[in-house]
Amino acid sequence: MIKLEGGFIANLGKVYGLYTLGFLGFVILMGIFEAAGVSNQLIGWLFVAFTVLIYAFIGILSRTMETDQYYVAGREVPALYNGMATAADWMSGASFIAMAGGIYLSGYPYMAFLVGWTGGYVLVASLIAPYLRKFGAYTVPDFIGTRYGGNFARFCAVIILVVASFTYVTAQINGTGTVAARALQIPFEVGVWIGLAGILFCSMLGGMRAVTWTQVAQYIVLIVAYLIPVFWMSNKLGYGLIPHFAQFDAVARVQELEGILGIGTLLPTAEAKAEAGKLAALKVGINDASDSLMAKWKFFTLVLCMMAGTASLPHVLMRYFTTDSVRNARVSVGWSLLFICGLYLTAPALATFTKLSLLDPNVATSIIGKSVSEVTNLEWIQQWSNVGFLKVIDSNGDGIVQINEFFMRGDIVVLATPEMAGLPYVISGLVAAGGLAAAMSTADGLLLAIANALSHDLYYKIIDPKADTKTRLVVARVLLVIIGGAGAFVASLKLTSILGAVAWAFCFANSGLFFPLVLGVWWKRANRAGAIAGMVGGFGVGAWYLYMVQFGNMTPWLGIDGLRFGMIGMPVSLILMVIVSLMTEEPDAETQKLVDDIRIPSGAVTRGR
Amino acid sequence: MSSKNEQHWEKTKSLTITVLVIWAVVSFAIHWIGEGLNSPSFPGAYFMAGMGSQLIFAVLVFWFSSRQNKIDEEFGLEEK
Repeated sequence: MIKLEGGFIANLGKVYGLYTLGFLGFVILMGIFEAAGVSNQLIGWLFVAFTVLIYAFIGILSRTMETDQYYVAGREVPALYNGMATAADWMSGASFIAMAGGIYLSGYPYMAFLVGWTGGYVLVASLIAPYLRKFGAYTVPDFIGTRYGGNFARFCAVIILVVASFTYVTAQINGTGTVAARALQIPFEVGVWIGLAGILFCSMLGGMRAVTWTQVAQYIVLIVAYLIPVFWMSNKLGYGLIPHFAQFDAVARVQELEGILGIGTLLPTAEAKAEAGKLAALKVGINDASDSLMAKWKFFTLVLCMMAGTASLPHVLMRYFTTDSVRNARVSVGWSLLFICGLYLTAPALATFTKLSLLDPNVATSIIGKSVSEVTNLEWIQQWSNVGFLKVIDSNGDGIVQINEFFMRGDIVVLATPEMAGLPYVISGLVAAGGLAAAMSTADGLLLAIANALSHDLYYKIIDPKADTKTRLVVARVLLVIIGGAGAFVASLKLTSILGAVAWAFCFANSGLFFPLVLGVWWKRANRAGAIAGMVGGFGVGAWYLYMVQFGNMTPWLGIDGLRFGMIGMPVSLILMVIVSLMTEEPDAETQKLVDDIRIPSGAVTRGR
Repeated sequence: MSSKNEQHWEKTKSLTITVLVIWAVVSFAIHWIGEGLNSPSFPGAYFMAGMGSQLIFAVLVFWFSSRQNKIDEEFGLEEK
């Protein structure tokens, strides 16, 4: 890569420091362009083009023909940078685009995602990641296949990985399409394919190595893009310098307004609801943690499913295969969590300040209580209405916008916030670049997880164990393009919302893989038959339940809906795995020795190839 | 298997159990209280779900890493 004294790894701080300064300089330059009268559309194009070109440039610089580099970035990524890359890998279009909007529309119950998507890392650090790093796998099915032995166990893990990750990746490519369509004013379907081209450029030539270093670059873009508007709003609205501390006064103000505006009492009329379709009005208080047992249970189950999913999603676990030691794999989980908190701790503040910008009659940008003609003449209202993301329906005919007459899609909160809050257009361009970075970085990790599992586990380990390095890496790349194309095709059909697809991916992963992974390390008695029963049973029953609830008109059992079907899959997986393991022979001495080996950090990595 | 490795694993297990207990309290017990965390002067439920839990998780992971590294070193099983 770039020629630096002491090599690239020794100069990471310098490289990414300069890169960050360069990016901030670019943002300021765009601000100057805007002041000089350059059109909004051109600024949007420049933001997207500039960032995507940088990612592609990093991807090309990191090209490699070595398997260790391609599959695990040479196992030399320092803990802090791996944490940053994991954070970008982790925070998808759902986190960046949909999360604040979800909190905005659904309030406290939605915050279960925030708890689940962070607490899962405690499980990753304490139960799984360091042990898999010691094992030295290239992929997650590689661990399952070697620990339990036999091609069938490996094959089951590959299938679950592909289903979970593919569900997830279509949502990400959908996200890139949405952002590209919005920022570049091009049709969604075209946006999807352009997004895919960018994604493939980052991953194809350099595999994990290229994805690692682009993900670090993408984290920097996405976090800058997420933080700036929130800091700006907090200060503009006069709540204080740091939004994270200032948000509690804002929450109190929102709660005051909830009573005045009738949030939760003034509900949309049936006709308006029918006309609004998938768009929603604000009906839930910002901090209504209901005391009902069902509400508590739903919070609990969502948190648990998202946590166990975090600890079993292969594209996350494989990031910890790239650290330079077991010790650093653990520390790296901590860094990941801190970098993730950078965005997650900001999402509630973003939702709250956006609410104030729209609702508080003392704020110039507010729309509730204004006349319908005035509101529908606002530029951002018109733009988002034109693409069907927003609607004002004057259902009582009084010519004034009430809280039950303003409908929108949650997804637009982040993307439209700069316009809602009256910030300059350059911030909108920045946010679009950030959303693109979030969706692309996750899509990269997911596509690589799928292609690597198929090329390493299915092709090399099962179909053709004699294949040479060159053939393996060519197969990996061809698969990457095919899967990416399939993902973009499915995304262009717009089957599910971004969030629905993401929650499904978590439940597929935890139903099939959580217990086989955890017990593989923590229970020596777990054997091949048990693991296969756990994977097939948990995944099969979970998928059946999802199908019945989602498409078969079955009433969810105990409030366990499609977002939480891991609550069905996981117990089935655990029980089957324990019972079948105990009914069959214990694993051979070699396997027991393998488990002993991965439980201690010292000693050589033996199972890498 | 030598008793050194067994002792190391015993200590590792008890550390992991401690971590998981704290994790379960922060993930589930606290949020089960829900509305009870709110007071007229401070939105406690909003705070714990949107900020408090996450910060405790982050501290917990770093604490776990340093404890586990100490255990590895105590038995001479760290990476050389």
